[in-house]
Amino acid sequence: MSSTGSSSTPLITAVASAPPDRLAEAVQPASALEAARLALLRDLQLAFRKRGQLVQPLAFFVIVTLLFPLAVSPELSRLRELAPGVLWVGALLASLLALEFLFRDDAYDGTLEQCALSGQSLPTLMFAKILAHWLLTGVPLALMAPLVALSLGVAVPALGWIVLAVGVGTVALSLIGAIGAALTLGIRRSGTLLSLLTLPLSLPVLIFGARATQLAIHGAPLLAPLELLGALAVFGLTLAPLAVAAAVRISLE
Amino acid sequence: MSAEQLEVENLHVWRGERHVLRGLHFALARGACLEVCGANGSGKTTLLRALGGLIYPEEGRVLWNGRNVRADLRAFHSELAYLGHEPPLKADLTARENLHYWIGVRRRLGEGELTRALARVGAGSWCGRRVRTLSAGQRRRVALAGLALLSVPLWLLDEPTTNLDAEGRELVGELVCEQLARGGTVVAAVHQGLPASVGEVTRLELAA
Repeated sequence: MSSTGSSSTPLITAVASAPPDRLAEAVQPASALEAARLALLRDLQLAFRKRGQLVQPLAFFVIVTLLFPLAVSPELSRLRELAPGVLWVGALLASLLALEFLFRDDAYDGTLEQCALSGQSLPTLMFAKILAHWLLTGVPLALMAPLVALSLGVAVPALGWIVLAVGVGTVALSLIGAIGAALTLGIRRSGTLLSLLTLPLSLPVLIFGARATQLAIHGAPLLAPLELLGALAVFGLTLAPLAVAAAVRISLE
Repeated sequence: MSAEQLEVENLHVWRGERHVLRGLHFALARGACLEVCGANGSGKTTLLRALGGLIYPEEGRVLWNGRNVRADLRAFHSELAYLGHEPPLKADLTARENLHYWIGVRRRLGEGELTRALARVGAGSWCGRRVRTLSAGQRRRVALAGLALLSVPLWLLDEPTTNLDAEGRELVGELVCEQLARGGTVVAAVHQGLPASVGEVTRLELAA
């Protein structure tokens, strides 16, 4: 590490000798893509520093789904009938559990405000945050779902479809949930309100996800509900970042 | 186009039932510094947030280089640095990582430049520590390093010298001087006043 004086002096002289208007041009603004990449990496790095928050939704999902055989019946044929519902209710609630932290910490320490003042497109930055959230909750849930399904007596050929359905469904859940999380930002103890706001909007995901899983288990063609799940995800992708950005701006007022 | 860089015309802001800013007028030229003084609750922070476009004023407008900032808020924000009460740092990242992400989102940033900026604020030896373990003064210094790195024409500073020791306050003075020398504009909400080294400043007294 060089000493303070010697390292900073050339910098100052360069600054002082630059004509006022040239100064801003000497600094290259970051592109939108670069900004989004950094926002994504930041959230991923933070999540791995706080592993507890990372594991919580996944642990919840596994515990809830594995309690069903104990409570209902260990008979595989009955569990197999229940599996779609159990899987999707579990995934929905687990993804909801992680939502509360999506913006709250950033709003609290002022980094969200800096995002809004960065001169970058706020929807893009918010999209990066939602993507990070999906990578940290949706992807683990999708990877865990086949194991849980297996323990509920689902046959192996259906597992690939279940990964796909949960993967696509959680994209939609993350996007819908992010809107709720952003809207409830200014409110203390927002958890209950967040669930009330988000659950009704998530119901189509639950319905089509469970239906796709049910068809997969029975070995029937499941493209229709899967495509509807995809449509919900795409619909969310196009509109949720805009809605989230607007809600965040309101919360900062 | 007007010669003034930052102009405020008839700014009225309500916060709930309170009429906080009542018809504020002022104009600042390039290289000018405005000290905003006033008792607690007199609206210093509200003024800074309204200037930065975080708060919609009920009436009046803010002009930057003669153009209403509301017309293109993003372009305005890319020329603005706002430092609030609390340094905008993530407690679980190191000082260096914080700047890497915070500043990197806005501009291309070399590692060498980052190291120099951190050394300048005296963070050379502890910039690898998590912000959680830093003192309030050290956090403020990290925020100042970020401010210097942004290289933007307009600075809005809310109590920039809070928690700083004498040397740290001088550092704020130095940074503000440099910013003014290169033709930048500074608006600072202060209680004790900016360090004397800043030189000539305009004062704005807000009534509670």
